[in-house]
Amino acid sequence: MNGVSDPVSPNHLSYAVEGHGLVKRFGDFHAVDGIDIAVPVGSIYGILGPNGAGKTTLLRMLLGIIDPDGGHRRLLGEAQPLKLARAIGYLPEERGLYPAMKAVEAIAFMGALRGLPLREGRRRGRALLEDHGLGEAADKPVRALSKGMAQTVQLLGTIVHAPRLIVLDEPFSGLDAINQGKLEALIRRQAADGVTILFSTHVIAHAERLCERIAIVAGGRIRFEGSVGAARDRLRPQVRLETRRSDGPWRAAVPADALVEGNVWSFPLPLDGIEPLLKALVDGDAGIESLSIERPGLHDAFVAIAGAEAARDMVPAIDEEDGA
Amino acid sequence: MRELLRAAFVVARRDFTAIIFSKAFILFLIGPLLPLGIGVVAGGLGQRMATESLRPVVGITLSAKEAQALEDGQARLKSLFYRRPAIQLRRYAAGEQPDALLARKGERINVVLSGTLDRPVLTGRQGDIDRMRGDIALIASIARAGSALPETAVTTRIVADSSGAQQQARLLTGRLAQILLFLLTMLLAGMVLSNMVEEKTNKIIEILAAAIPVDAIFLGKLMAMLAMSFVGIAVWSSATVAVYTVFVGISFPLPPPAMGWPLFLMLAAVYFATAYTLLGSLFIGIGAQAATVRDVQTISMPITMTQVMFFFLASFNVDRMGQPMELLAVAFPFSSPFAMIARAAQSDALLPHLAALAWQWLWVALIIRIGVRLFRRNVLKSGGGGRGFFSRLRVSISRSGT
Repeated sequence: MNGVSDPVSPNHLSYAVEGHGLVKRFGDFHAVDGIDIAVPVGSIYGILGPNGAGKTTLLRMLLGIIDPDGGHRRLLGEAQPLKLARAIGYLPEERGLYPAMKAVEAIAFMGALRGLPLREGRRRGRALLEDHGLGEAADKPVRALSKGMAQTVQLLGTIVHAPRLIVLDEPFSGLDAINQGKLEALIRRQAADGVTILFSTHVIAHAERLCERIAIVAGGRIRFEGSVGAARDRLRPQVRLETRRSDGPWRAAVPADALVEGNVWSFPLPLDGIEPLLKALVDGDAGIESLSIERPGLHDAFVAIAGAEAARDMVPAIDEEDGA
Repeated sequence: MRELLRAAFVVARRDFTAIIFSKAFILFLIGPLLPLGIGVVAGGLGQRMATESLRPVVGITLSAKEAQALEDGQARLKSLFYRRPAIQLRRYAAGEQPDALLARKGERINVVLSGTLDRPVLTGRQGDIDRMRGDIALIASIARAGSALPETAVTTRIVADSSGAQQQARLLTGRLAQILLFLLTMLLAGMVLSNMVEEKTNKIIEILAAAIPVDAIFLGKLMAMLAMSFVGIAVWSSATVAVYTVFVGISFPLPPPAMGWPLFLMLAAVYFATAYTLLGSLFIGIGAQAATVRDVQTISMPITMTQVMFFFLASFNVDRMGQPMELLAVAFPFSSPFAMIARAAQSDALLPHLAALAWQWLWVALIIRIGVRLFRRNVLKSGGGGRGFFSRLRVSISRSGT
């Protein structure tokens, strides 16, 4: 599928999205308070944060829907994103389609807004609907579709013009587990074709599974920016030790602040590694029942980076998402 | 600019097809035709009412001979003036009491003429007497003079036209065109008010605003509504012409305007488009600020009244071409199309129209820009942080004060 004519060659760009010192105020409230962001070309990049963190405001600023009060942005090398609308796809957080419009027409219309001729939009729209198992819904009005189907139609409208950058604001919100899986697959396919994906979410599992890089946003500021691995590396691995005996000389090897539940001990891996601990446990006759070292998940990293208050709104796993 | 127009066309095409293919559009087309139908039916009735029922009745209790002379006098007067007499004469028995006649139900008598032709007595309410005394005295004088009244034979020489008649005819054409332009604008431009509510309700505005300039959204919506209006006007005009042809025949009832019909009609279409777009751009800007249909309904009344004011400004000065008030109506953008169409009926100068159209479209662009800025600021919540004109003005004032 060929994209619409595009003035910026991806070969000359390192970052598909760049924002420096972005600020947005609504009255006295600083929705975005000096954010720097750089999304590498061809990557899947997630913006994680609780509700009200400033994710949507940041995306709207980057896309040129609203102007920043401070700082500057570039999308695909262009400071005025509307000039490159043909190379960008955007799925807003609040989904919207004309209820009386046929599904295929809705997709073609969204493509036409971004420069794709209507006839070609219809052709591609039908093909996309077929590919996503919605071929029979092509000529049905949007109002006759289920919420999940309508959401898929809108998503297909976001990619129908073959954009080079896709921005998705909470794309998994409101989708059931099956459709979330389909959406993940679609994002991966687009990324495999070299499309840059930038999405916001408050479901950590999606970011953990999809993203090469993430930004953790809270209170209008970026608290962390880097790879998922780097975020998890912020925390030391956790040791989980279960012993037969509850006391003995080996206790000196267990950190004093370890969490204890019966004969189960949890504590961060000592800085000098597992071997000295293991030796002390064996020599001290602790009676090791089990010993494991667990790498912290992204949710743990999020709590450590953004704080427990910010993590309260976050959904650690897909199962906890509404409708999933 | 090309991209702006392309994007506007995409929005316009969506809106236009959505409207045209909706069931509600049929009602929209039929709505104005109902008064036309009712008007045809009621027209004959109204004319009869005007000729019979509404003319005041003068009860005559003179002798039969004098009553006949009075009726002859009225007929003679009618033949001189070529018009329907202002009063109806109705004979009663000589000597009947005027007060009793006036009180008699079902007779609907306004005044009673009693006595004799030499010494007539008129009985009735003060207002009726004031209104009819002159007519009755004139008819009575003619009746008394009888054949002795000298009749002056006026020789007539018919010409095709005269400046006075031409001016009056063109004035009439101008006024009618102005009223029609206003009615159509008022009927149709108000619909733009609620146009953005659909996008906001359906949450589509975010998709549009991310893909195309807000100017293109506004312009596209105006284009769609204007196109829809022209479809409506085409249907209504065709129906009117058809009804007129059936009931009256193939003749044009209005005197030709100074520019001639083809150019005048073309200008009328252009001025309608301009008046519509001017008001529409204002309305779409205001309507876009409204969050709900209820808000739109609330602001529609002051909007309508403002429209009426604009029209009055133009209407009061139709026959004052070149005078300061008429020039004000021409210069004020919202009354300018109405004032200019009246000018087109009265003057054949084309240049003022080109200048006026350029001026009006400049205002269209300006109003759209202001509407877009307000929309971006208040609805999309963009450009906050006190960077607006008024904020900067406030900052400047406070700085200059310190």
